[in-house]
Order: sequence, then C-alpha cells, then structure tokens
Amino acid sequence: MSDKKSDVLLDPLFNNNPIALQVLGICSALAVTTKLEPSVVMCLAVIFVLVGSNLSISLLRSRIPPNIRIIVQLTVIASLVIIADQVMKAYIFDVSKQLSVFVGLIITNCIIMGRAEAFAMQNGPGLSVIDAVGNGLGYSVILLATAFIRELFGSGKLFGVEILPLVTEGGWYNPNGLMLLSPGAFFIIGIFIWMLRAWKPEQVEEEA
Amino acid sequence: MQRQFSVLYNFLFSAAVCGVCAIFVSSSAVTLAERQDTNKLLDKKKNVLQAAGLMQPDESLAAAEVEERFSRFRPVVIDLETGEEAPDVDPDTFDQQKAKKDPKRSRVAPANSSLVKRVPIHVLVYEMAGAGGDLEMVVVPVEGYGLWSTLLGFLALDADTRSVVGLAYYDHKETPGLGGEVDNARWKALWPGRKALDESFAPKIEVIKGSAGPAADDPYRVDGLSGATITSRGVTNMMSFWLGEKGLGPYLERVRQRKGAVPNVG
Repeated sequence: MSDKKSDVLLDPLFNNNPIALQVLGICSALAVTTKLEPSVVMCLAVIFVLVGSNLSISLLRSRIPPNIRIIVQLTVIASLVIIADQVMKAYIFDVSKQLSVFVGLIITNCIIMGRAEAFAMQNGPGLSVIDAVGNGLGYSVILLATAFIRELFGSGKLFGVEILPLVTEGGWYNPNGLMLLSPGAFFIIGIFIWMLRAWKPEQVEEEA
Repeated sequence: MQRQFSVLYNFLFSAAVCGVCAIFVSSSAVTLAERQDTNKLLDKKKNVLQAAGLMQPDESLAAAEVEERFSRFRPVVIDLETGEEAPDVDPDTFDQQKAKKDPKRSRVAPANSSLVKRVPIHVLVYEMAGAGGDLEMVVVPVEGYGLWSTLLGFLALDADTRSVVGLAYYDHKETPGLGGEVDNARWKALWPGRKALDESFAPKIEVIKGSAGPAADDPYRVDGLSGATITSRGVTNMMSFWLGEKGLGPYLERVRQRKGAVPNVG
C-alpha cells in the first residue's frame, strides 16, 4: 500500500507527467511562464484547485449520478477557481494582475478535470489528495523549468532580479525576444519532452 | 456496476452541489471585498505617483508610504466639457472606466484617431500643490488604441500645462518587448521636460520614427519604440485627442487661468 502511495505521488513527476506525456495544460504553460514569479503563483493555485477538486469529488464519488457527473465536477472546480482568484486579488494583487485571465482559465485546465474524472471518481479521498499533489507537482516542474529559461534568456532576470545585464540597460546581454512570445514556450516544452523520452524510451508512442 | 439514480435525485443532488458551492463562493467574495477594494485603490495611487515621477516603477513601497506620498495630491472630478470642477461627484468613489460604459454618464466621443468611442462626462484628475500652496502639477488620465489594445495611462503636466512631468501606462496588452516597451523605464525617462503643447496651447507632442534630440532642443518629439510603429502612433494620437479642445483642453485652460492657490490640500 505504501508503495502504491509513493507511486501515485511520484509517477506524475517524470513517468507520467501531465504536461510532457499526456500533453495537458499546455495553454497555461505557454501563457504564464514569461516570468518565474507568476508561474510559482500559478502552480500554487493549480495545486490548491486540484487538491480541493480531487478531495471533494472523491468524497462524493458514490453519490454523484453518472449522467451528470461532468457538470458536477465542473461546478466544484469552477467554485474553487473563483475562490483562488478572490484570495489572490485580496492578498497578492500585483501578481494576480499579471496573471489576469489565466487564473480563471484554470477551470478549463484539462489536468484538473482529467484527474477528477480518471482518478478521484474511482479512489478514496486520501489517495486522491496524494494523486492531486503529485500531478500538481508534475505540472509545476515543467512550468517552473520553462519559466526559468524564458525569464533568464528573455529578460535576463530571475524573479525580477537582474542576472544578465541587458544591452538596453547598458549591459552586454541582448535578450532573446522569442522567449517572451508564446512560441518560445512551445520550443522549450518540446525540448523537455524530447529529453524525457530520450531518458525514458518507454514513453515514446509506438509507430502505427 | 453503478447504482441507478432517479431523476428526482439528480435534481436534488445538483441543487445541493450548487447551493454549497454558492455559499463558498459568495462568502469568499464578501469577506475579501474590502481588501480587494483597498488594493485597487492603492494600485491606482501608485500609478499616479509613477506618472508624477514620485515613485520608481520597480520600487516596492509599503501601503503607508504610498499614502504618505499620495497625500500631496488632491483628486478632483471635473466636467470634461467645461473643465469646471463637478462638486456633486465624489472623487473617492468615482470610477471613470465604469462611467465611460454607462450611457447616462458618458457621451459619444467626437471624431478622433485614437479609436475612443465614448468619453465620460466627468473625468478624475489629480492636482498637486507645491510648497507655497500654489498648483504645481496636474495628473490627467489618457487612453487610446495602440496595436492590440486600449492603453490606459496617466500624464503628469506642470502647472503651465505645457511641460511634461512624466507618463505612465497602467493597463495595456501590447506585444511584450515591442509595443509593450511603453512600460520601459528608459523610454518613459525621455518624456519629462518635453513640451506637450505648443505656445498657443495646441497639442503638439509626437512620438516619431527614430530618435529625437534632447528635450531642450527638440521639445515636441519623443523617440519611437522600435518595432512598434502602430503603438507609437497610438501614443501620439491619444495625446493629441486628450490634450486637445475636445478632450481635456477646457480643463487645462482653467488650470492656466487659475494660477493661484489650489483649494486646501487635505
């Protein structure tokens, strides 16, 4: 049993990463990763919503009528997202301004509904929470690594602190504009997927 | 496999889920509303301070420090058409962006190249008194279309209404690294000391392609943002609209006439 728990927690990090293997949650991974600070906040918000939704769906799983289960999941997720958004507006206003619409779009993040439907509907609350944390961390690993590269090479900073002095500020580093645009994140995530599959060849899809 | 649920159960279950979720959402909204409003107001004050050059964009200030610096400003609601102060509107609760969308509190904008469709009847400006109590600076709102979005900002003008003290945009969705460079501190630093209006008080300032000279020799032109011709043109257009006759012209006229003391700064 304890083996199963650690599998549920750690599998989503590299063996079954929601972004790199299942290719879910790409939209927000492109949108919020130009800087590290909003990415960290986004990861925390996603983990909060994921844990909350997995826990409540798992507690209700035997009572949810199957024919309306999706809309019930959606209602729970949407409520959690609104609460997360409200809390952010109240306590970390500057970051929530940067994240703007993407907090609200957590509702449509496929990872959350995917875990509710695929895991929490079949498993008990304890295991579902562990699964939520694991998947949240799997999402965060990719998001933070992408944001690290994008902020460092796109604006020469990490967490807003200057690392590579920019030419426009009198330094030597000429920032890579591509990193600041969404396609930059596509390249980075693509390279991650490639590296991951070179390391774990079993993740490569079989050719038809 | 799974048990069967009656139709009635489906209805009751979904009603219960909605009820519980609604309680959580509304209680979070109600309990946090006050903090959120404080944050919004503080954010606006920071923007005014940035335009006025009293706060650096990367400076992080405690709320009390922002209040302290902001206390030199007096928010005034003016009637856009006459430029006179509107005593029946409370500047503390006036929300210009909301007023602009309210048909009762706005009107169709006169033809302009800034794609402003409606202008509010009242506009919120900030007046700052100098050491002697004389009006030293006014901070006025400017807005207009760039490439992708409407840029919202504040322009700070000296009491002569011609000299620019500073410019800051607080909301826009221009391309990061190109038009988004309207936020760049180095570009914004090109504005102070230039003249927004010519000698007969008509708007003249212009964002050009390429580089303009130093403020003293070339007061009416500002360097363009490279790779952002349309955003640069948008900035020019909004200056000529908002500082002109059909925008804030009447108010600026009144500021020049007044020259005397600002009514007691609170």
